[in-house]
Amino acid sequence: MTSVDFLFWIFAILSVGGGVCMVFSKHPVSAAMFMIVSLVGVAALFVLLEAFFLAVLQVLVYAGAVMVLFLFIIMLLDVGPNASKQKITHLKTGMIGITGSLLLISTLIFIVENGGGTSNFVHSELPMQATNSLEFSTNISAFGYGLMTKYMLPIQISGFMLLASMIGVIILSKRSSPHDDA
Amino acid sequence: MLTITPYHFLILSILLVGVGFLGLLIRRNILLMLMSLELMLNGINIALITFSRVGNNLDGSIFVFFIMTVAAAEVAVGLALLVALFKKRKSVLSDDMALLKN
Repeated sequence: MTSVDFLFWIFAILSVGGGVCMVFSKHPVSAAMFMIVSLVGVAALFVLLEAFFLAVLQVLVYAGAVMVLFLFIIMLLDVGPNASKQKITHLKTGMIGITGSLLLISTLIFIVENGGGTSNFVHSELPMQATNSLEFSTNISAFGYGLMTKYMLPIQISGFMLLASMIGVIILSKRSSPHDDA
Repeated sequence: MLTITPYHFLILSILLVGVGFLGLLIRRNILLMLMSLELMLNGINIALITFSRVGNNLDGSIFVFFIMTVAAAEVAVGLALLVALFKKRKSVLSDDMALLKN
């Protein structure tokens, strides 16, 4: 068992365990804290996969911006004491949810193990590389080159989407002012 | 003990998606449902980076970049909607959003 294997098991347990604790925690603030643990574990797994830039981005965007936003909203709405008094779920919903997610997990694992199940595709006939694909690289400059050449239109669309979501959030938070003039 | 293969990373990503799906189904608090969505997106990101690494193809990693962008925008809009809803209904539980039920 090499040290990389050891790190993989540590961070795998950290990310999945953080997710499970998040789902079953009563208080929203502790749920957000477990979520941060899970996201940092996923960032460490990105490092093990040699996607260093994405690991940094994961910590900055998710563990930094998104979870701080979540914590601010939890404190703004003050849902802590109310939510911790009640049960987190109904019994019937819990049974349905556990059955559904076990079905999903087992189906996906079946697909991964059998390579698509009963399909009679000849896999060797499929092209291994998409046309004009970019080589995997740990370098950020390769990433930027790909974004600015092949993915020029998607990056502009995502910038426009960010602008649209920003305007949407501003309008939504203006609408919900106390004197309802809308 | 066998060494780590891409298979392990795929199983891990499936487990993360499954846990996120479980949270999305059973939780009544809409904030927690949004967090479970984030967990599912993270599981998908791990699978994409694994395939990108194994296939020696950067396109998967760039996809992860776009997924992160969309997830950040989605959380911002979702939380703004949730705050607007809370000011109207005084609740963040999905049980109380039953206008279409009867």
